[in-house]
This record gives sequence, structure tokens and C-alpha cells, in this order.
Amino acid sequence: MATETLTAVATAGGAGPRRSRGGIRSNENLAGWLFVAPVIVILGLFLLLPILMALWVSLTDWNGQGSPFTGNVPFVGAHNYTQLFTEDGLARRDFMTSIRNNIYYVAIVVPAQTVLALGLALVVNNRMLKGKSFFRSAFYFPSVTSSVAISVVFLFLFANSGAVNALLGFVGIDGPEWFADSRGVLHLLFGAVGVDSPPAALTDGGPFGLTWWDWLAGPSVAMISIITLVVWTTSGTFMLMFLAGLQNVPVTLDEASNLDGASRWQRFRYVTLPMIRPTMFLVLTLGMIGSWQVFDQVYVMSQGDPAKTTLTPAYLSYRTAFADFDYGSGAAISFVLFLIIIVLTLIQRRALAERDTDRPRRGWWRRRVPERS
Amino acid sequence: MAVLTDRPAAAPARRNERAARTLATRFLGYATLVFFGLVFLYPFVIQIGNALKTEPDAAANPLSPFPDPLTLAGFERIFAGTNFPLWLGNSLLVTVLVTIGRVFFDSLAGYALARLRFRGRSGLFAAVIAVMAVPGVVLLIPKFLVLNQLGLYNSYAGLVVPLLADAAGVFIMKQFFESIPVSVEEAARIDGASIFRTFWSVVLPMAKPALITLTILSFQSSWNEFPHSLVSVQDPDLFTLPRGLADLVSGSLGKGTQYPLKLGAALLATIPVAIIFVVFQRYFVRDANDGSDKG
Repeated sequence: MATETLTAVATAGGAGPRRSRGGIRSNENLAGWLFVAPVIVILGLFLLLPILMALWVSLTDWNGQGSPFTGNVPFVGAHNYTQLFTEDGLARRDFMTSIRNNIYYVAIVVPAQTVLALGLALVVNNRMLKGKSFFRSAFYFPSVTSSVAISVVFLFLFANSGAVNALLGFVGIDGPEWFADSRGVLHLLFGAVGVDSPPAALTDGGPFGLTWWDWLAGPSVAMISIITLVVWTTSGTFMLMFLAGLQNVPVTLDEASNLDGASRWQRFRYVTLPMIRPTMFLVLTLGMIGSWQVFDQVYVMSQGDPAKTTLTPAYLSYRTAFADFDYGSGAAISFVLFLIIIVLTLIQRRALAERDTDRPRRGWWRRRVPERS
Repeated sequence: MAVLTDRPAAAPARRNERAARTLATRFLGYATLVFFGLVFLYPFVIQIGNALKTEPDAAANPLSPFPDPLTLAGFERIFAGTNFPLWLGNSLLVTVLVTIGRVFFDSLAGYALARLRFRGRSGLFAAVIAVMAVPGVVLLIPKFLVLNQLGLYNSYAGLVVPLLADAAGVFIMKQFFESIPVSVEEAARIDGASIFRTFWSVVLPMAKPALITLTILSFQSSWNEFPHSLVSVQDPDLFTLPRGLADLVSGSLGKGTQYPLKLGAALLATIPVAIIFVVFQRYFVRDANDGSDKG
């Protein structure tokens, strides 16, 4: 980073005399642009231009016939957006259902994968255990395989006569028909304590066209199998990040607190956890950003079924455009999703900036600890 | 480690207690490792086992890794009854082209951003970083729009060209080129080599570790790429493996049946990445750690 600022200053300062020196510098200017040109063209053409084009389409009623940029395409202004938020109808109900599903999905996936990843990292980081590199690879392997191929395997695992139900059968539980069961797990819990039919207050109304009872359904049984799959595939990646973070915790610090009589839990809570806080923040925000984009698994495993309980905004936007040929609404949904993810990314950026200001303090610890022990 | 064991214990009783605790911890540690090792690997074992089973056997004993009887019928049907060979060919073609393109274009751009002084460089770098944050899934419809407008929809070009460069790869290469001492290039420059020549014959050969990392990552991600093929082609002749697999599962064959066939096809799609992973593990791990460090 330091060299970058230095050269930046040098470039800025050399702006005047550059021409008079001629030769090499102007050469570099041309070469520089030539070198980056392919990347600029590809990223510009397939990343930036698409966003602008989609912004336009989200303001129209384009049905996929011909070009969306001719005068024949009906311009509807913000209608595609108001349809999602304010107008009572199927579009809003589906969109809000997908938002509800994704909120529950995020609420389970993010904590579960974070706890699992941290737990695995702590075990793999244990100095007393041998053969750790094998297990580290084993935990990480699912993360590098194809999401489609893995979804196929999990379809089999969660099939009615699949491995998961066979396992449940060993402990005497009659497993559900995972991908046909649209019951929300919170509804099932309510049912277990005798609340089978919702009180009128919950069915009468609720925000955005869904009743309170619908909002409170929880993830469906079918969604649980997708959640299991995702937690299983992503924990390995986050485990590696935690491992990198744990390696920054000086061993002497842990030993010093051990000598001071701190228990294992105390050392974790008051020494390790504060030291890996930046990694924790990174994992949490990356997890949230990723969780709002769940698509492949939904496409392969459930296509939004049963009863729309695995519908997510990403899949809904795809389906609205490419199955219902309502490209305007589809694009509008993806822009709302874009907004959600950008907000999360900004939070992440702030967390990272915070992490950089953490560095001096880490150095301070390092210098302090040997003195004490 | 040494510090811990050399430390004199206060009393033998405490030493015994500590030894017992260490033993218990170690046992618990291994138990956790083995348990989660099974959780993370057994699904693949089941996949292999059931791909070699008959249909009724797979339905009756899904947990067992041992086929009884063992049969290759599933694989025979994959090659005879599906378009698997076609998908495989398409995947290979796309993966090779995308990987070559990414390694070359990302290195060029990474080198320019790390070393060449040109106007607008820092702005460009900021743009590359910003682009890395664009969520892929919201680009599905937009990408389709552009491919359609450019006349690339439903063509090999549509499958390949949009993936030929990626911001993360540019970032990896830039970081690496910055770590190479400038003096190396200066010698070449003084000898009269052109900028491209210096890049190609002097600096690039030194960047081997980064190039290997980028090659592996590009291979892995383009081999597994699914959403892009979903919006760039429609013609079954242009399906790649993940696309064909998804079609196989959710399409014509329907759900709940033909598991040996489907698991076998998924297995064949996993094998190349699995081999690369086993051989080049440390490059994957390095990337994941780089990822946690990028700002």
C-alpha cells in the first residue's frame, strides 16, 4: 500500500515534466492503457453496461420480444417497484414471501455457519492434535465442488427414503417428506404447544400484504434441507478465514492468561474472541451478503416449491423474467436485492476500516505480553 | 510447546491432574475431528456407493456405501441415455478458454496496475475493487440483456467472453507483481527490452506461484459455473455440465427416481475439481486466506 501511494504521488508530481522527458513515460501511459484495455472492455461490457440497461428495463413492461430500447416498449416508470411494495396483488405477495423466506434463511444460515466454522477452526488450530491438515482439507472440500452437483447429492440424502430419514429412523423418528413439506417450523413449534389455529389478531392483517401469521411461519421443512446444505458447504471457507485470524493471536498471550489462572472459556471469551473480532465481522458480513444471493440450490432442489416456501428474491427475479417473461418486474426485484446487498457491503467496508485501526493495538499487546511472562 | 512442557509443575498431584486433562482434551479433539470429518466426507462416500447400486438397492439402503449388487448400469445410462458427452465437451471447451483468457488478461491488467505509471491508474484500481463487490446474482437479467443486444445469446461466445476477465484475479496478480523487486525490470529496460517484452519474458516467469493460483481458481470457478450458462444459452447443444445436470434433475427425468444415474453424473462432474483440489490444495487454501485479507 505504501508503494502505491508513493508512486501515485510520483505520477501526480511528474505530470508537468513528463512530456518533456518524452520516451519512456508516454510509452508507459500508452502501454498501461493497452494492458488494462481487455479487462476494462469485458468488465464494462458485461458488468457496468448491464446494470444501466437493466435499470432502464426495470422502468418498462418489456416482455422479451424485440429490443427493449425501441419506442414500442411501454414505459411504466416506478410501477414495477410500487407493485412490489404498495399494491395488493400476486406480485407483492410473492415478493414478500420470498423476502420472508430469505430472512429466516439468513437468520439460521449465518449464525450456524459462523459458529460451526469457528468451532472447526479452533479444533484444527489446536497445537496438540496431529493430522490436522487432512481434516482441514476434508472440511474445506465441499466448498470447492459444484453447487449443482452437491445439490443433486443432497436431494438424494433428503429423499423420502434417503440417508437423513434412515438416520432419523435409527433414533425412532419418522422423518418428513423434506421437499414436499411446506409447514413452517415455527408453526410446528406453535402446534406442539397447542396453538394450531392462529388467533384472529394474527390472521386479520399484517405488513405488506402478508398476515402476521404468515410472517411468523419460520423456514419451511423444505427450506431446512437447503439451509443444511448451505451451512455444510460454506463452513469450510469461513473456517479457513478464522484459522488465518487465529494464527494472528500470539501464543504467548494465551499462555500468559493460562498462567494467570484463566479457565479455557475465559481465555476464549476474553483473549481469543476480542483478537479475532475483525475476522468475525468479515465472516458475518460475507455470510450475510452470500445468503441473500442463494440461487443455485433453490433452482436445482426445489424451484421455490413447496407452496413457495423456498422462493427467494434471487430465484423469484430469475423466474419472473425468464419463465413469466416479465422482464421489468424481474429487473426491479433484482435492483431491490442489489440495494439490500449494497447496504450489507457498506457495513462490511466499515468493519474492515475498523479492522485496520485495530492493528496498532495488536502490536501493543505483542510488545506487552513477553514482559509479563 | 517447549515453554509449556519445560515449566516445573507446583506439585506432582497437579501435574497428574493436568496430564489427565490434556489427555481428555486430546481425546475430545480427535472425537470432534472424526465426527465432523464424517459429516463433511460421508455424503461423498454415499454418492460414490449409490452411483454403483441398482435402483431398488439405492432406495432401500441409502446409507450403505457398499453396492449390493455392484452395477455400472447407472454410468452406462449416463453415456447412452443422456447428453453427458456433449456437456462434458462443452464444459472442457469453456473452462479451457476462460482459464487461458483470465490468466492472460488478468496478468496484463495486474501488471499495469502494479507497475506502469499511467494517467487514471488509481481510479481504475478503485473501480476494479468496486466491481468485486457487485453481487453476481442480481446480474442475471442484465447479462442476458447485453448478450441479447450484442447478438451473443445462444452461442459459445456468449458462454465464454463475459467470463474472460475477473476483478478478483486482477487483484491477486496486482498484489503479486508488487512483491517483485523493481530492479529486475530495470535491468531488462536498460538492455532495451520493450514494456511488453519485459512483462512477458522477465516478470511473468517470476509470477509462477500467482499464475498457478489463478489458473486453478479460474478452472474451478468456470467448471462449476451455473447461473451464467443459465442466462447466456438456451440451446441444449450448448449446455455445460452443471447446466445439463440441473436439467437432468429438475427436468425431463423428474424427481425422486433414477438416483444411481443422477448421483453418477454429479460424481463425474465433481471428479476433475476433486483431483485438482487434492493435488493443489495449498493454492486453494492460500486463496481463501488472501480473501480474508483483501480490503
